[in-house]
Amino acid sequence: MIRAVMVINTQGKPRLAKFYDIQAVEKQRELIRSVYGVLCSRADNVCNFIEAESFFGPDTRIVYKHFATLYFVFVFDSSENELAMLDLIQVFVETLDKCFKNVCELDMVFNYSKMHTILDEIIFGGQVLETSSTEVMKAVEEISKCSISFSLSECVCWRLPQMLYRLSRNLFRAGGVDSMEFEVIG
Amino acid sequence: MEQLKTIGRELAMGSQGGFGQSKEFLDLVKSIGEARSKAEEDRIVLHEIETLKRRLSEPDIPKRKMKEYLIRLVYVEMLGHDASFAYIHAVKMTHDDNLLLKRTGYLAVTLFLSDDHDLIILIVNTIQKDLRSDNYLVVCAALNAVCKLINDETIPAVLPQVVELLGHSKEAVRKKAIMALHRFYQKCPSAVSHLLSNFRKRLCDNDPGVMGATLCPLFDLITIDVNSYKDLIVSFVSILKQVAERRLPKSYDYHSMPAPFIQIRLLKILALLGRDDKQASEKMYTVVGDIFRKCDSNSNIGNAILYESICCVSSIYPNPKLLEAAAEVISRFLKSDSHNLKYMGIDALGRLIKISPEIAEQHQLAVIDCLEDPDDTLKRKTFELLYKMTKSSNVEVIVDRMIDYMICINDNHYKTYIAGRCVELAEQFAPSNHWFIQTMNKVFEHAGDLVNVKVAHNLMRLIAEGFGEDDDTADTQLRSSAVESYLRIIGEPKLPSVFLQVICWVLGEYGIADGRHSSSYITGKLCDVAEAYSNDETVKAYAVTAIMKIYAFEISAGRKVDMLPECQSLVEELSASHSTDLQQRAYELQAVIGLDARAVESIMPSDASCEDIEVDKDLSFLDNFVAQSIERGAQPYIPENERSGMLNISTFGSQDQHEVSTHGLRFEAYELPKAPVPPRVAPTVSSTELVPVPEPSYSRETHQAAAASSVSDSGSSELKLRLDGVQKKWGRPAYSSSTPSTSNSTPQKTVNGVSQDVGSTVNSKARESYDLKKSQVEINPEKQKLAASLFGGSSKTERKPPSASHKVAKASSHATESSLVPNKAVVTTEVVSAGTNHQPPPDLLDLGEPSATSSAPFIDPFKQLEGLLDPTLVSSTTNNGASGSSNAPDIMSLYADMSTTGQSSSTGNSVSADGINAIFTSGFSTATSTDQGGVAVAQSSQLSKGPNPKDSLEKDALVRQMGVNPTSQNPNLFRDLLG
Repeated sequence: MIRAVMVINTQGKPRLAKFYDIQAVEKQRELIRSVYGVLCSRADNVCNFIEAESFFGPDTRIVYKHFATLYFVFVFDSSENELAMLDLIQVFVETLDKCFKNVCELDMVFNYSKMHTILDEIIFGGQVLETSSTEVMKAVEEISKCSISFSLSECVCWRLPQMLYRLSRNLFRAGGVDSMEFEVIG
Repeated sequence: MEQLKTIGRELAMGSQGGFGQSKEFLDLVKSIGEARSKAEEDRIVLHEIETLKRRLSEPDIPKRKMKEYLIRLVYVEMLGHDASFAYIHAVKMTHDDNLLLKRTGYLAVTLFLSDDHDLIILIVNTIQKDLRSDNYLVVCAALNAVCKLINDETIPAVLPQVVELLGHSKEAVRKKAIMALHRFYQKCPSAVSHLLSNFRKRLCDNDPGVMGATLCPLFDLITIDVNSYKDLIVSFVSILKQVAERRLPKSYDYHSMPAPFIQIRLLKILALLGRDDKQASEKMYTVVGDIFRKCDSNSNIGNAILYESICCVSSIYPNPKLLEAAAEVISRFLKSDSHNLKYMGIDALGRLIKISPEIAEQHQLAVIDCLEDPDDTLKRKTFELLYKMTKSSNVEVIVDRMIDYMICINDNHYKTYIAGRCVELAEQFAPSNHWFIQTMNKVFEHAGDLVNVKVAHNLMRLIAEGFGEDDDTADTQLRSSAVESYLRIIGEPKLPSVFLQVICWVLGEYGIADGRHSSSYITGKLCDVAEAYSNDETVKAYAVTAIMKIYAFEISAGRKVDMLPECQSLVEELSASHSTDLQQRAYELQAVIGLDARAVESIMPSDASCEDIEVDKDLSFLDNFVAQSIERGAQPYIPENERSGMLNISTFGSQDQHEVSTHGLRFEAYELPKAPVPPRVAPTVSSTELVPVPEPSYSRETHQAAAASSVSDSGSSELKLRLDGVQKKWGRPAYSSSTPSTSNSTPQKTVNGVSQDVGSTVNSKARESYDLKKSQVEINPEKQKLAASLFGGSSKTERKPPSASHKVAKASSHATESSLVPNKAVVTTEVVSAGTNHQPPPDLLDLGEPSATSSAPFIDPFKQLEGLLDPTLVSSTTNNGASGSSNAPDIMSLYADMSTTGQSSSTGNSVSADGINAIFTSGFSTATSTDQGGVAVAQSSQLSKGPNPKDSLEKDALVRQMGVNPTSQNPNLFRDLLG
């Protein structure tokens, strides 16, 4: 089972933290800090695995990957495979990259809820749900489509140019208007 | 202008996804990004919380605004601040009909609330409704929340809906329903126990994704109860076969591997099902073999599958072909430049080594490289491997390495762990008691406070009891060497408490036993300890008791005792101590000093810590006294249970009860006890006890009795240490291996046993050097030495011990009869050495120096035996070395020898490591350069894609403007991603 997913930047600021078992807020913060403490002391050309028993309890390990200014960290137990987890990080980042086009730290900050949406399509309740970034993208797009229609019906003038842009792009991509959109607008 | 800018920014945001936030949020992130200190950040966040609180209390907040506030609060809580005032708003938002708002509500709620929060009850109803929704996206959102928010009490409320969803038309929903059910099972197995058959049913789902999802719960179920799922083996094997043969749709491929996560999960399940089950395992051999053949070892995910296959192979009933394939993969992993693969290789090696120990030998140099790698994770994994392959023959090298590493790390958790490992290995495989003590000293010195107290007691007991053979001189030697080493160490600052206790006890018991040190010297040292650690009462107690013992020994030896002034002041200080235990010890000390030699001799016999103390529970020595008293008219003692008619004040006192019964209450002080306690018992107890527990003496006595009985009934094997390995090492090999009835073994047998040992030693050496020559020409000799000492006999040892030894015995007896001259000569030398082994054994302790010059001349004649002798290295040199030190007139010099060679070899190693590093880094640089090539390609492809450069420039500008990541110059932060 996957215990936690964290994205921490190189200065130690959390950009995303999701714990699949229940942890108190203070404990979460402490865990993030201790993980960061270990991560930033590691050299570049070492392996991506760390034993995590000293802060997450017995039978836990960490796989991390360092991209530019961000560390992507997965915490899990022995029912998962380290190399596979490394690839799961890859799936996550690939999806983010597809979603945001050349994703950077800023995207993560400003699209906090979308990050969660993506992650929820990859990991569900601590288990791997989907490993194909195209499939994940499809699911996320479907949810986003609703968001456009919602925005249109809810407030037309707020950020209108952006909405128009996005709408046209999405319509173009989807090749038509979904029945759901009619429903919501109507 | 300002407005334009804002619009531009929003546009930029919008183009990156639909969930954009307002300017306020951007400003918050920006200011947090620019915060110079933690305090400043906290101030900003607290300010933000205040703002949000105010805003949330306003009436009629538009939903869009509310959504944004919640996201901001989630963000704030991620930074570690409390946002509980807004939880109710998040709950409210889950009630909204709009999907986006609902999702945001669920997101906030899952991140905010734990499953036993009071507000959950408000959500359950919503979840129930949403699970029945027509819109599958709503259902998915609800299922997502279910995983986090539902606890064992609320499971029944949603269970029917979730089970219903297992038959939903959308496969995404079915998948999530399965996983939610799995989550329920994890949280509360009893709640869903009647639904477990659903997992089996869903295994046959049309959609491979759903089938894959059922594997997770099945894995958990099989882990708990293997037998009831054996019938599924055939299905699992056929699924795995289909997956491996690419029968799944292309969309399940990942990096051109077919459904790798499903394969991994299946291999894990097969590993569980095939464990110790030959019949089941046989069904799996083909498919696992196929996977070994088909897997692409160039991709990361391919290697993940290969690793999982190795795990599977090492778990199921062994199959030589598969083991071979696994060994091949392991060697590829270990030879790889990637640290990740090396790590996996070491781990896999640790698994496979249990089944086929000989494969470690091929990889000895790779393992040593990993051991010397700067990467901590890899190093620890390698220690784990070494721990698994420790034998009596390599324990010294391995434990030395572990201790060296233990000394140089700060991580207390791991330090405790590795110290425990050292102790465990040392107790199990110690080649000699002397080595054991030295090792324990090192462990205590560097990790003393982290070690279990039991270990200290074992050490004391070992020193006290010796190793149970009749050889008193060896024991004495051992003790005086322990005393010497402690006197050396005692001056060091800040020793751990447990270690000081051991030191004090040993110095008190044996400090002056060999006459090398005067009592005043030892007591002075002990006083220093008590003074230096004046706030550690246990240490002080140990010290003062030790001082008492020294003086008692002096007095009973008839020498006059002059108490040192500092000792005097210590006793005075302690007799006024707050601790009654310390006080009592101080008074005891003063009392003992006042007695005459004969009395002291009987209170505190020297070197009697292992003597049996007979506790006379019936107090029979008082019989005379009682009889006299009764004659004089005293009332006889009536046991408590017979005193029915009397006043029931039995809790009041114990000895004086008959008096109590006559008088009712007593107001005068109790008279002093008439010294009914035998003078022997109490003081001796305090001299021999290992822990100063503040308990009444009764428990001490029983403890003592237990210890004593263990000594008395065995003398040899009843040490609490697990010395079985030692015993084998220690005694003559023929003894321990053949018959426990020792002296009856025939001389012929002994000769065989011994010759077998010597022969195998040399044989192994020859073989080793041959192997090394063949494989690695340019490897540093120091490294080879290390390899030899680590792997030397180890792996072959276990191959088939019984049959091998049998063969050898035959072979050597054959050799005795054979007329070949060199062989005969060899045998005679062996016999000689065997003979010498019986009496004062020759100094063969050459284990510390792997070069083994002493046995080198024997090599040539033995080469002829090589074909005949199956290499059994059960004990080889250690045996001889051990018996050598058992007589040990020059044990210290031996030790010194060992340590110096150890040092030289370690420096040599560092040199060699440098050499290797150089090679390694050069290799690595080429690797990185190719990597860069890949990156460059990726970059160029990205550049050609179109609007990207402009995009990224904009982003860069924005990044700088926001100051979120001021260190970075590169706008395309993930450019290297898809290389």
